[in-house]
Amino acid sequence: MAEQRTRPRDAALGTGLGRVLLLVYGIFALSASARALVQITTHFTEAPLAYLLSALAGLVYIAATVGLAIGGPRGRAIALTSCSIELLGVLVVGTLTIVDAVAFPDATVWSEFGQGYGYVPLVLPFIGLWWVWRHRPTAP
Amino acid sequence: MRDVNGPLSAATIVVALVFAVWFLLRCALNRPPSRFDLLAGLALGALVAVLCLVAVVGLFGDDRPSEVGTFVGYLFTAVAFMPTAVVLARMEPTRWGTLILGVAALVMPVLVLRLQQIASVTGG
Repeated sequence: MAEQRTRPRDAALGTGLGRVLLLVYGIFALSASARALVQITTHFTEAPLAYLLSALAGLVYIAATVGLAIGGPRGRAIALTSCSIELLGVLVVGTLTIVDAVAFPDATVWSEFGQGYGYVPLVLPFIGLWWVWRHRPTAP
Repeated sequence: MRDVNGPLSAATIVVALVFAVWFLLRCALNRPPSRFDLLAGLALGALVAVLCLVAVVGLFGDDRPSEVGTFVGYLFTAVAFMPTAVVLARMEPTRWGTLILGVAALVMPVLVLRLQQIASVTGG
């Protein structure tokens, strides 16, 4: 199928490095959502807060992946918002899980700054935000 | 479920890590995925597929993992992962295609370790 419109220049889908970034974001979107789905469907009552947080993390990763992929003004806005929430989430949840471990009886992607995922969740929002910043629109 | 905790898993992890270093090195040297790289990716995928087959056979044994659903989910992911990465890498004939293979090879040990972790919690 021929493409009707040209893809925005800052769409991550348009460059090789962007595609790798999307792959990594996609992996996290998949793993966070799948984890949340299993947790919520099998033992939701054990730790509702942690599991809802897992679900939120999954949605945020999906939004970030989509935003980075499509680019353009709308994609930028989506990517900027979701990457910011992601950064905030990993920092707040990371701190809380260390300071107040009782509130988080079960793990999420963001627990202990994403330690269970090789700290990639801590690094990923910075890379996403760097991507948005590097492809900021330049004044004509 | 001692099957996934045997030498085959250890071998898979070591091979995946060696390949990952190789792919990252090739990416750093600005090389697109060569035929050898793609075949190496497929070989790693085949190794993982064998491991998963062994795990599936183990599912019919006595000590099943308590979270069978999650276990099977990971099995599907593990089997599909390297072939998907190879297809994507073929679509991207630049250094970034090689990086795709590298990232995928780095994910494999994590998947195998998670499989082992889930398999070690049996009964219940």
